[in-house]
Amino acid sequence: MNSTSPIGQPLPRVDGRLKVTGQAKYAAEFEIPGLLHGSVVNSTIARGRVRRIDTTAAEAVAGVVLVLTHENRPPVASYDEPYQDDDAADGSPFRPLYNDRVLYSGQPLALVVAESLELARYAGSLVRIEYDVEPHQTDLAAVREQAHPAPEEVPSRGDFEAAYRGAPLQIDHEYGTPIEHHNPMEPHASTVHYQPGDELIIHDKTQGVQNCMRYVEGVFGLEGKVQVHSPFVGGAFGSGLRPQYQLPLAVMAALKLKRSVRVVLKRQQMFTFGYRPRTLQRLAIGFSPNGRLEALHHGSLGQTSRFEDFTEHEVEWSGALYACDNVQLEYRLGSLDVYTPIDMRAPGAAIGVYALEAAMDEVAYAAAIDPLQLRLRNYTEINGNQGKPYSSKELCACYEQGAERFGWSRRPLEARSMRDGHELIGWGMATGVWEAMQMPASAKACLAADGRLIVSSATADIGTGTYTVMTQIAASALGLPMDRVEFRLGDSRFAQAPLEGGSATVSSVGSAVHQACVGLREKILDAAQQSPASPFTGASLDDVAFEDGELVLKREPARRVPLTQLIQTSGTLEAEASVKPGDEREKYATGTHSAIFVEVRVDEALGTVRVTRVVSAVAAGKVINPKTAASQILGGVVWGIGMALHEETWTDHRLGRYMNHNLAEYHVPVNADIHDIDVFFVEEQDSVVNDLGSKGVGEIGIVGVAAAVANAIYHATGKRVRDLPITPDKLL
Amino acid sequence: MSATTPIPEADGIAACPVSLELNGQRRHLDIEPWTTLLDLLRDRLAMTGTKKGCDHGQCGACTVLVDGKRVNACLTLAVMCDGKQVTTIEGLARGDELHPIQQAFIDHDAFQCGYCTPGQICSAVGMVNEGRARSRDDIREQMSGNICRCGAYPHILEAIEDALPAARAWAGEGER
Repeated sequence: MNSTSPIGQPLPRVDGRLKVTGQAKYAAEFEIPGLLHGSVVNSTIARGRVRRIDTTAAEAVAGVVLVLTHENRPPVASYDEPYQDDDAADGSPFRPLYNDRVLYSGQPLALVVAESLELARYAGSLVRIEYDVEPHQTDLAAVREQAHPAPEEVPSRGDFEAAYRGAPLQIDHEYGTPIEHHNPMEPHASTVHYQPGDELIIHDKTQGVQNCMRYVEGVFGLEGKVQVHSPFVGGAFGSGLRPQYQLPLAVMAALKLKRSVRVVLKRQQMFTFGYRPRTLQRLAIGFSPNGRLEALHHGSLGQTSRFEDFTEHEVEWSGALYACDNVQLEYRLGSLDVYTPIDMRAPGAAIGVYALEAAMDEVAYAAAIDPLQLRLRNYTEINGNQGKPYSSKELCACYEQGAERFGWSRRPLEARSMRDGHELIGWGMATGVWEAMQMPASAKACLAADGRLIVSSATADIGTGTYTVMTQIAASALGLPMDRVEFRLGDSRFAQAPLEGGSATVSSVGSAVHQACVGLREKILDAAQQSPASPFTGASLDDVAFEDGELVLKREPARRVPLTQLIQTSGTLEAEASVKPGDEREKYATGTHSAIFVEVRVDEALGTVRVTRVVSAVAAGKVINPKTAASQILGGVVWGIGMALHEETWTDHRLGRYMNHNLAEYHVPVNADIHDIDVFFVEEQDSVVNDLGSKGVGEIGIVGVAAAVANAIYHATGKRVRDLPITPDKLL
Repeated sequence: MSATTPIPEADGIAACPVSLELNGQRRHLDIEPWTTLLDLLRDRLAMTGTKKGCDHGQCGACTVLVDGKRVNACLTLAVMCDGKQVTTIEGLARGDELHPIQQAFIDHDAFQCGYCTPGQICSAVGMVNEGRARSRDDIREQMSGNICRCGAYPHILEAIEDALPAARAWAGEGER
């Protein structure tokens, strides 16, 4: 990488112009002649059977062409495997319109297909469904005793019970986190373009085009006949990791009618599939008067459906983040008459680290130690769960630089010690942690006849900046200006890519893009050596450089040839690469870390909380694009503020049904809720995680933020609220 | 883009003739009285730059300008726009030259997924027209009808603040 490499530069998004002019096309925005519109009818009970669906009135509406139910749908697979997508939980996946069973409230039971959206929606209101209702249970707290161990081994070490009993000081508290829904701004949608012979070109909102392609091919027996495209995704945050039900419903209608069909979910229906599970967590910590952790128990009870066991890493963080010899982790699930949860931004960590870091604050007060000092006192560079050192962990730099920027040293230890008029002021902090994963991925690089470099992989850009950072990686590898490189994604026909999730895309797909370009360098050099008089005869890759669109002989830099000239004689050159995680990773634990410092102002009379200042210091290895990466962290912080103060999906347990399934009552932060947020990255070198040394930043931004806010609220008010979100009623 | 998709006539209710100026172009359309401005734009005219996020006036993704004022297109019946000027995200740039707020959104990375962006930008342009954006708190408050789930709010604020003078000048040039 030469001095003009775009890697590490805060470049604007390459797809920015398309997005600010309304030209970026999302799943529901592809025009197809004769397109039909589908509207989904959902169950109003949580458990039972459909006795009868009366579709007469709906079918009588002029312009309605089909009402699809379990009784007239096309054939689908009758065993679990085809439904088990790349992000499936253990169990038997939900099958839309499969039979008369109602498994949760909001389950799709019919699809009305009509010539226009308004007609489909109206006719949907005329579908009458009679049920045989069965008793349901949707309250996690009510099934505490019947919970079962999660199908995931959680590590423990030492002897917690004895060490806890023997510790001079102890805390033991329960923390609660509510159901949250992703609510990306773009509702889930599928546009199925029907082709003769049951070939389908599908525009779907997804984080994995190949995942959805395999699902549709398997469920409907359409091997080799399905393409899935998703060039733009209007946010997902995990909701697009599994195929959602509008996809198979649209496919069913298209196959039955042999016509093109679009199904778009309503905002209310965005609450009828996956979500972040409600959890009840217990943290019991034994510690010495100087704050050293001697025993730590972290148990979590999470909710799941009756048909799948959803698991995520909720408690493991407590065995990894701090030094402690006696750790007991426990993870159980309560099965309810609900849909299965799905990964949501920093799945597991967002809620598990909240509980841990809120408990650490309680330890700090019990031991009368500054919360930052407490973290430093228990610092470790070993992941205790795995007994392995971290490949890099610049968390101390995050603590130190973050504290400096925030002014943490001026913080009085006592709660309720800062006030400005009617507002109580509090400062809190927390640590964040996430994994630095890498998955197998492939990419293809092609130097076209016009000298442009086209690189592609079947990954996604859900707003994360994939288009931009992949362009940077490719441009850097071949010494080309950004505007001569194009990265393409979101097409199931492209080179294999994993689901876009877990903060692993730069690490996985970015490594493949880099390798594909390295492969292309060889092809280019070969091509340059074809003519007998070539100045590159006998040169190896080490002897040449790729700079400013030219191939250059390093020892005689005057000898150079533009790639545009080379390609005239050679014709198009291509290289494909597949990259797997390196063996070196086996010896190490890998992770991203952060330190978050928060100031809140709490109105004493009203209990309203404003988060007036946040400093988020992040260690994530090499940052490919500081501009888009900072936006990722910023977004994560906003999510953390929402998690701390606003977000909660309420269930009416008598009906087994959500009560606030809209954006007026499910509160997410708005512009006026957000104040100063200072995001920065500390230097972190890592040669183990991947060739780029880059770790990914999609999740780390949210982790720890809710705890830092909760801890700041305690510092302001002296009130410890352990059940999120911390709404004004809980502070009065 | 120009033809409207014919839909079957509902019993006894005729489509209404509507004449409006859409992004500077006079359009004569026959529109069913129940069709919202949002569905007209997206489904009949294939102008999908205006986004549907909730269809209930709760998210702001469908914000467009009607006679220069910002409205939620999902809560506006298309027939109400008879004789009015409608400006969408597709109509803000002048040829290749982006509106200053569009350019500032790119420069400040004021979006991620891009789905709320057209609404944010139209809302910001409307706010400039209203002449009420005098402080950062004003902007925050007056942009709070537009949800950004990606959480780009601080960058949206910076972009608007940065582009305010140029956006005012742009509006002035448009009037001449």
